[in-house]
Amino acid sequence: MNVLVFADSENGKVSKAAFEASTYGAKIAADNGGSATLLTYGNLNEEALNELASYGITNILHSSSISEMDPMQLARLTAAAADSKQCDVIIFSHDYTGKSVAPIVAAKLQAGLVTGAIDYPSTGDDFVVKTNVFSGKAFANVKINTAKKVLTLLPNSVSKQKQEASANVEAFSADAGAASVQVKEFKAEGGDGINLTEAELVVSAGRGLKGPENWGMIEDLAKELGAATACSRPVSDIGWRPHHEHVGQTGIAIRPNLYIAAGISGAIQHLAGVNGSKVIVVINTDPEAPFFKAADYGVVGDAFEVVPRLIEAVKSFKAAQA
Amino acid sequence: MNILVCISKAPDTTTKISFTDGDTKFNEDGVQFIVNPYDEWYALVRALELKEAQSGKVTIVSVGGADYEPIMRKALAIGADDAVRIDAQPTDAYQVAAEISNYAKDKGFDLIIAGKETIDYNGSQVAGMIAAIMDLPYVSNAISLEVDGATATLERDKQGGTEVLSASTPLVISAAKGMAEQRIPNMRGIMAARTKPLQVVPASGADTLTETVSYELPPAKGDVKLIDPENMEELVNLLHNEAKVI
Repeated sequence: MNVLVFADSENGKVSKAAFEASTYGAKIAADNGGSATLLTYGNLNEEALNELASYGITNILHSSSISEMDPMQLARLTAAAADSKQCDVIIFSHDYTGKSVAPIVAAKLQAGLVTGAIDYPSTGDDFVVKTNVFSGKAFANVKINTAKKVLTLLPNSVSKQKQEASANVEAFSADAGAASVQVKEFKAEGGDGINLTEAELVVSAGRGLKGPENWGMIEDLAKELGAATACSRPVSDIGWRPHHEHVGQTGIAIRPNLYIAAGISGAIQHLAGVNGSKVIVVINTDPEAPFFKAADYGVVGDAFEVVPRLIEAVKSFKAAQA
Repeated sequence: MNILVCISKAPDTTTKISFTDGDTKFNEDGVQFIVNPYDEWYALVRALELKEAQSGKVTIVSVGGADYEPIMRKALAIGADDAVRIDAQPTDAYQVAAEISNYAKDKGFDLIIAGKETIDYNGSQVAGMIAAIMDLPYVSNAISLEVDGATATLERDKQGGTEVLSASTPLVISAAKGMAEQRIPNMRGIMAARTKPLQVVPASGADTLTETVSYELPPAKGDVKLIDPENMEELVNLLHNEAKVI
């Protein structure tokens, strides 16, 4: 069974999610006697392409004629690439681009689609994929009944595995049709560039911090750890923090290795966005805060005292490691 | 401007999730169902705002049994003009998208809007599939939407920021937080909703391509380990040596 992996790029850079999807796709191909091809697009230099080649992929198809995220064009390109390499399984990352393009590809090919896969599929008699449902409160095992299959892989679900680079890079073009959208402007969200959905460590805070002027210590802790920052819904609703930092049921769902929450009570809607985290640390003055029930480690105390102490402890730890 | 808003039924956000029949079915006992928040707060309310500013009609469509009608009445109470229920049990996203496309194909809608995902299956699939089946442009995760004549200007979420773009109508959109604010139906709306048209149309028998074979709940968390707030060195030590995450 040959596998096609779609890798998104942003300003000439490839995301960690693309390396995870490559690792995932290459293993599915290898386990089923096939090979994995990767499709990417846009302005990517040789270095970026070589890095993409290092995760078990056999062929890289690079289309430089499309540079914007036009879902219809990318779907046609993907379908053509899958056809040219006889791929029965197509893998996307479960990010904005994957969520946009994968359903179009699936419907065009009449291929069963599972979004948000969190593990390798079982590929015996049935092709069954485990995915998050009910906003992370449960998992579903979904069987795909069609010969062609499309999956999107949730970031941080499999570890990327680097191998000797061996992929053959070829330019790829196909009739992707006319542009269906015209991109006018990209507004970068700023910050220090740690992508929240891909971050392995996340420091988050909520209303318990009392005001946006108190976020300095959260940013400092994140900086010491090399973590991304996040927040709860009320905090983004009242504009203390930007909307892209909001994790929870109506924000984004994340699954980092470590999630540290300060001054967040842990309403069920917030937990929905973070309960895929491997380890949760909760800092709250209220010992009855529901978040403690979902936490691995809890600190009952005032964030304004605990967080600065934690920053110092992390600094000493880093110094001792160095 | 005629707008079709796709409405899905979802369990209330505070629902405790459990399963029956050997973990093959969602346990609906005692569950309160609501309009999927993304469909209601963002897709439907923005459609109503556009209609109010520019005239036209907002139709809601659902694929579901008679059990869908209470939440469809709620959407009518918020302000939709009429409702169409395609009479089939929704089983997978492709089937739902194919049924909606089959209904919508000759109705001349300028916009077809759905929420970016449902809060039960979190698939983010139906809107994109409708665009593919109807061969219309698609803008996903849109956080703002303006329409001027046959041109829509939108902002969408993207990795690392947001993007401003335009597309021609007819157009399919998935709506995310930011596109509009939740509207609470008033008494007049609730009364009016009782007599607004809710048409039931037969399904076309679209294929399903996937099936859920079983559900699982996450393993129960062990008890939280409490750390002395004076001793953050201990927390760092545990995160490094026990949890091995730093």
